[in-house]
Amino acid sequence: MSTPPPADGDLPGLATSALLRNTRESALKTPGIRWDEADVMSSIDTRKMNMFQSIRDAMSTTLSEDDTAVIFGEDVAFGGVFRCTMGLAEEFGKERVFNTPLTEQGIAGFGIGLAAMGQTAIAEMQFADYIWPAFDQIVNEAAKMRYRSGGQYSAGRLTIRAPSMTVGHGALYHSQSPEGFFMGAAGLKIVVPRGPIQAKGLLLASIRDPNPVIFFEPKILYRSSVEHVPIPSYTLPLSSAEILKPGSDLTILTWGTPLYTMSAGARIELIDLRTILPWDRETVVQSVKKTGRLVIVHEAGKIGGVGSEIASVVTEECFLRLEAPVRRVCGWDAPVPLIYEKFYVPDAVRILDAIVSTLHYLIPSQEFGVVHV
Amino acid sequence: MGLVSVARIASRSARLTRTVVARGLQTTADTTSLHGRAPEDKSEPFTLTLHEDSFHAHRMDAPSLDVEVTKDMLIGLYRDMTTMRRMEMAADALYKAKLIRGFCHLAIGQEAVSVGIESAIAPEDKLITAYRCHPFAVLRGGSIKGVLAELLGRQAGMSNGKGGSMHMFTPTFFGGNGIVGAQVPVGAGIAFAQKYLSKGTTTFALYGDGASNQGQVFEAFNMAKLWDLPVIFVCENNKYGMGTSAERSSSNTEYFKRGDLIPGLQVNAMDIIAAHQAAKFARQWTLDGKGPLLLEFVTYRYGGHSMSDPGTTYRTRDEIQRMRSTQDPIKGLQKYLEDWGVTTEEELKRIDKQAKAEVDQAVAEAKASPEPELKDLWTDIYYKGTEPSYMRGREREEARSFLPTH
Ligand SMILES: Cc1ncc(C[n+]2csc(CCOP(=O)(O)OP(=O)(O)O)c2C)c(N)n1
Ligand SMILES: [Mg+2]
Repeated sequence: MSTPPPADGDLPGLATSALLRNTRESALKTPGIRWDEADVMSSIDTRKMNMFQSIRDAMSTTLSEDDTAVIFGEDVAFGGVFRCTMGLAEEFGKERVFNTPLTEQGIAGFGIGLAAMGQTAIAEMQFADYIWPAFDQIVNEAAKMRYRSGGQYSAGRLTIRAPSMTVGHGALYHSQSPEGFFMGAAGLKIVVPRGPIQAKGLLLASIRDPNPVIFFEPKILYRSSVEHVPIPSYTLPLSSAEILKPGSDLTILTWGTPLYTMSAGARIELIDLRTILPWDRETVVQSVKKTGRLVIVHEAGKIGGVGSEIASVVTEECFLRLEAPVRRVCGWDAPVPLIYEKFYVPDAVRILDAIVSTLHYLIPSQEFGVVHV
Repeated sequence: MGLVSVARIASRSARLTRTVVARGLQTTADTTSLHGRAPEDKSEPFTLTLHEDSFHAHRMDAPSLDVEVTKDMLIGLYRDMTTMRRMEMAADALYKAKLIRGFCHLAIGQEAVSVGIESAIAPEDKLITAYRCHPFAVLRGGSIKGVLAELLGRQAGMSNGKGGSMHMFTPTFFGGNGIVGAQVPVGAGIAFAQKYLSKGTTTFALYGDGASNQGQVFEAFNMAKLWDLPVIFVCENNKYGMGTSAERSSSNTEYFKRGDLIPGLQVNAMDIIAAHQAAKFARQWTLDGKGPLLLEFVTYRYGGHSMSDPGTTYRTRDEIQRMRSTQDPIKGLQKYLEDWGVTTEEELKRIDKQAKAEVDQAVAEAKASPEPELKDLWTDIYYKGTEPSYMRGREREEARSFLPTH
């Protein structure tokens, strides 16, 4: 019997990914970057950071500029499991960066109360997998508060950060990608960064956004993605997808970790959705109208995943331009399994399969009486 | 007069003068005393007396300090605790060898909790806990091989290698659980069924000092008291929830008093004899139809929270060392066995050796077990025969191989 290919494909890996900006010059050219201070570009310095450091940097900015801002969650005063809040309690005081008990529903509700009082509340869920106890507070309270109070109150100043996606061996309770479960919660925003530069800009934008935001951080990227991150504060736009590589024949849409599974292929347009809710329909629809083909990749299971929503919108908007059905490459519709985790995650082979069969899609000729060359 | 009884008299008089401040529970592992001699016959019961600060009671009378045991039972406790510690040490080594991946939480230092409960509960009673679950999984009918193979993700694992750490079950053990606190209301449901079906059995629902702050724990308390369920809530207070000490997570660290109308008992769970007595008493309490009971087992975790936590950043090495050297439950029992002439040093050594051999063999067998078959990715999601007719990945369109074909 022949051996199967490596489950994570034969890609060069994250460290050398062309998606990461490894020089000051390229970092400053990050599309859509909006500097807080209209400094002359020449004076802006960058520093090499991984993603947990850039997330810390963003929170440090918030704590410095906004006296009402507080950060709380399980063990955040000690730096948190993934070190994102390291040193913040020492720097800004224990009354602003503090540990909560183990109480996710409480953390979310507490954050909503703080936000409703006009404070900037940054809550951490230790893992996205533990967001479920807080689901009710997030979906029923945070998302609906503005609406049900006729605009008098809102949880707009609440940002919930949570590490998500797989790590290779996190299994059932440490590798989930819950973003799809929040898709129906109008009033909420969901953001997923792909690396250090994006994380800093998108997190600052999320914190300042006047709506409650869940910021899912792909945990495998915390250490492995490294970029030259601009030191001054800046934001990147929410609800704006980014075309990472323009192409003519097929659009690949994804976010977070799977972006690094894509090898650069000619004529393929690669889009990072970045904000999952409300998502950037315009960019995606424009792209598919141009390429005629769409493959959506995400780690969460297919059924009811974010891809389902996007695929149906694209079908509605681009029907006559589509050369092939929209394909989704996702986790299997099973719990994230310990031993098959690498198999569970969309890998290069499955993505390539989807690309090839989408490019080569032929309408079944007999059924339609159409003859293809 | 031995030191212990001097201390007892001294503390008794201290109590007379102290009215406001309650004296702390003591957590020594070796202050249970024997009056007279242990009988020759290893199966003949005799009585031990616990240190008077072994229990603190809330809304109830504490159990008797006199504990009936046999030599056989004491030796059995020693064997179980030693074997469980060996198993955890083996898991530690397998993790460090990168054979176990992901998450792994060890209960080294807390052996008197699992072994103490198991020594007092009936085989058909039920137990549910969170992720510090390996000893329970073995004691409740599993095997060391099953635990280690599960951690390794192998077919011989207790969940066939599909769950890994935290995911272990037996017919009387409703598992570890990775979602902290979630197991407690489940425990109340199990107890309701026992009552409804007039089983005459009870449920132990365990959670940690950190988990005690989850809302659903309190929800479970209320249901259990409201419906007088035969459930024993056991707060395994090892002083820390990850890096947060009990004082920093809980406004009330007297966990045995947190059940509102549910009576509570705080127990020195570094002394296996006290842990046994408390579990036995609690079981009887619920079977007598008195409703739920809250036990707080005061214990200590020697290692870090999980394998990635050295466990030394939020507590001093000194503290750990002190607990290990002065309050270790296994050393405490060992001292009893020697002092009371229950067994000889040689016999203890033999038991230690046996435990090591048993665990070594389990390690070898677990390592030899194959990984689950790929088809098992899709089993156990729905009940066999009721699956949707099509599940993704079973067909070519997504699981196609790009290998050059045959
Ligand atoms: C709902 C949920 N939140 C957070 C976690 C992460 N977590 C796992 S164990 C733990 C600490 C639990 O402490 P405690 O209940 O005292 O148990 P111990 O580890 O001391 O046995 C935390 C925060 C989790 N598993 N589930
Ligand atoms: Mg604890």
